[in-house]
Amino acid sequence: MNSPNTQLATQSVDDMSRSLAFTSKLDALAAWGQRNSLWPMPYGTACCGIELMSVMGPKYDLARFGAEVVRFSPRQSDLLIVAGTITEKMAPVLVRIYEQMLEPKYVISMGVCASSGGFYRAYHVLQGCDKVIPVDVYVPGCPPTPEAVLDGIMTLQKMIKDRTPRPWKDHWHSPMLTGGSHASPAGTVVAP
Amino acid sequence: MSLAMNFPEVLKSDLIIKFGTTEFKFTTTPVGDHVIEAKKESIPALLRYLKEYAGFNFLMDVCGVDYPNREKRFDVVYHLFNLKESSRVRVKTQVAEGGSVQTVIPIWKGADWFEREAFDMFGIIFEGHPNLRKILTHHEFVGHPLRKDYEADAQQHCLTMLPVHFNNTPEQRGDQLDSRFVPINIGPSHPAMHGTLRVMAELDGETIVRANCDIGFLHRCFEKMAETHPYNQVIPFTDRLNYCSAPMNNVGYCKTVERLLGVEIPARAQTMRVILCELSRIIDHVVSVGTGGLDLGALTGFFHLFTYREKVYNLFEKLCGARLTVSMTRVGGMAQDAPDGWFTDVLTFCDEVSDGIDEITKLLLENKIFIKRTQGICPVSKEDAIAWGYTGPLLRASGVNLDLRKSNPYYGYENYDFDIPVGANGDIYDRYLVRIEEMRQSVRIVRQACKNVPGGDYTIRDKGIVLPEKKDVYGNIEGLMNHFMLVIKGLRPPAGEIYDATEAANGELGFYLISDGSANPYRLKVRPPCFAIYQSFPTVVQGAMLADAIATVASMNVIAGELDR
Repeated sequence: MNSPNTQLATQSVDDMSRSLAFTSKLDALAAWGQRNSLWPMPYGTACCGIELMSVMGPKYDLARFGAEVVRFSPRQSDLLIVAGTITEKMAPVLVRIYEQMLEPKYVISMGVCASSGGFYRAYHVLQGCDKVIPVDVYVPGCPPTPEAVLDGIMTLQKMIKDRTPRPWKDHWHSPMLTGGSHASPAGTVVAP
Repeated sequence: MSLAMNFPEVLKSDLIIKFGTTEFKFTTTPVGDHVIEAKKESIPALLRYLKEYAGFNFLMDVCGVDYPNREKRFDVVYHLFNLKESSRVRVKTQVAEGGSVQTVIPIWKGADWFEREAFDMFGIIFEGHPNLRKILTHHEFVGHPLRKDYEADAQQHCLTMLPVHFNNTPEQRGDQLDSRFVPINIGPSHPAMHGTLRVMAELDGETIVRANCDIGFLHRCFEKMAETHPYNQVIPFTDRLNYCSAPMNNVGYCKTVERLLGVEIPARAQTMRVILCELSRIIDHVVSVGTGGLDLGALTGFFHLFTYREKVYNLFEKLCGARLTVSMTRVGGMAQDAPDGWFTDVLTFCDEVSDGIDEITKLLLENKIFIKRTQGICPVSKEDAIAWGYTGPLLRASGVNLDLRKSNPYYGYENYDFDIPVGANGDIYDRYLVRIEEMRQSVRIVRQACKNVPGGDYTIRDKGIVLPEKKDVYGNIEGLMNHFMLVIKGLRPPAGEIYDATEAANGELGFYLISDGSANPYRLKVRPPCFAIYQSFPTVVQGAMLADAIATVASMNVIAGELDR
């Protein structure tokens, strides 16, 4: 059984397993590149949008985290920053924008309005943008300080580095397609 | 404060001669607001008379009020302003559910969106309105949310968006598109649309044949929230109206409630409010001028100006801990006193920002490209500006010298030495010219105020209005009891109503407050300055180039928070 040929085969399997390990490193390399060159699409709707300008501005300078290339086209960006209240009227627009983004894509919900509706428990305010799109990082505050937003971006960078599983994203179905399962919580499977 | 406590005799007798003795009911509220109550049939004639013969040339606001237990359920309330005498009058009429009142668009073009809003919120029908559609709520929304029987948190989800559509004025083709022209949709998520504005246009080449705005993408139900929260808890909501200059909304709201309560705040609180307001005016104009330049491709001005905005944020942070949404005022004064040395810090900032304003003048106003892009573009005449209900920098850019700080001074503005810049052409360039000059004048006011801050308390100490200080709450039983009583019972202004306005960065910010003596406002209507301004957009840009429309939106400084509320 232990002919030289078999030994050779075992050796090549070992080699292959080593090369598999190398693939994993390539993955890490990709993650390194990805997390340090996030191209955000600022979806600023309200007060948080003004604070997001400060994050981009000279003092807090998002460029230090490699995320200064602000794209207003969803097709050119991989990070959606939802900054501000999402109303019921705005929800379909937000879903459309999210769908237009290419993979891999991430979402930061900036501020309490985007995260949960905030103190607007009101008839025209969506109670959190995670009702319609999958959210990776929630940044609390009304509006959050620029430091908090930077922390949110660093948290996301760590998630990309660790390749944290994102079941809320994997199980997401567009509420436009599923037709009316609008209020399904993020992370649960929605029957098509 | 001197109040004319009786209805003006001349106006009253003129109206009686013209319309007879039985037609109207004239009253003056305890706070000095003049009110004419009329039957709904006589509204157009009365308003036309008030405009053409009595000098009330501004229609500031139209709104509805719901009294579900009354036979005729709704009030339609018109607020008029007389430019010459700086006086106001309120006209009220009653409409039953399902009933209608004649539109006043033929008298003031500016009634358009206000009437649509009253229709959307209450279901009041304005007969003869060419385009009576929903304006703030989404198109699948059923019901009228500001009616008292609509639950504040009854959300209705929406999955679709209206296609490109246009106003149904008789001479136009309504929603019918013409195959010769290119329909284009900009926004609501578009960098030039400042977050939430949606503009639809039909283009012939690059020329706009007609345009339309779709708003309401940030309708956060401020007015319903105000009705369901106690008076002091409304203050954080006001922060988020015009979030570029949050303290001004705090001041406008608190001033309204204080006037209804009949209290005057201490001199120190007045001066602190003036300083806060003028700093806010500077940073609001910073955003307006900065993003205005940005929309025309001038990125440097934006980054440069934001340095000064950060400095003001630092001042706010020192004062109260928050940067943007400060909630610094309370009914009765300020939330707390300024820390030691704060006024000196403000004076230092004044020196820094003066240099910044000079630099931005060179960067933008003296920039050849900027001049070519803005001078003579989409001008608005004096008469049109008044008819649309323009106020603030845009009205002054059109050549009308109206600033409430001069015409109806409050908080001692009459004692400060400052000028009101007035433009000549009403074009985009003049708007920025006025704004940048206003920043200089605000710096002047802040300097004067900071050098003469009165001593004394920062708030009144009426135990039925203001919470006791924390050291008293925890330190003695009386303080604890007062705290408990005010929290449980709530701040309760006397039953009545008031319209009060302040000069915010964008123009007249009015609050129409109705109290029924309970702990929550019965109705709080905000008169947002950019609502009146933005409704003129489709008319102003008609015939202009598409790129000029972008410049026009930026120059109008439409803040979605106060536009949609």
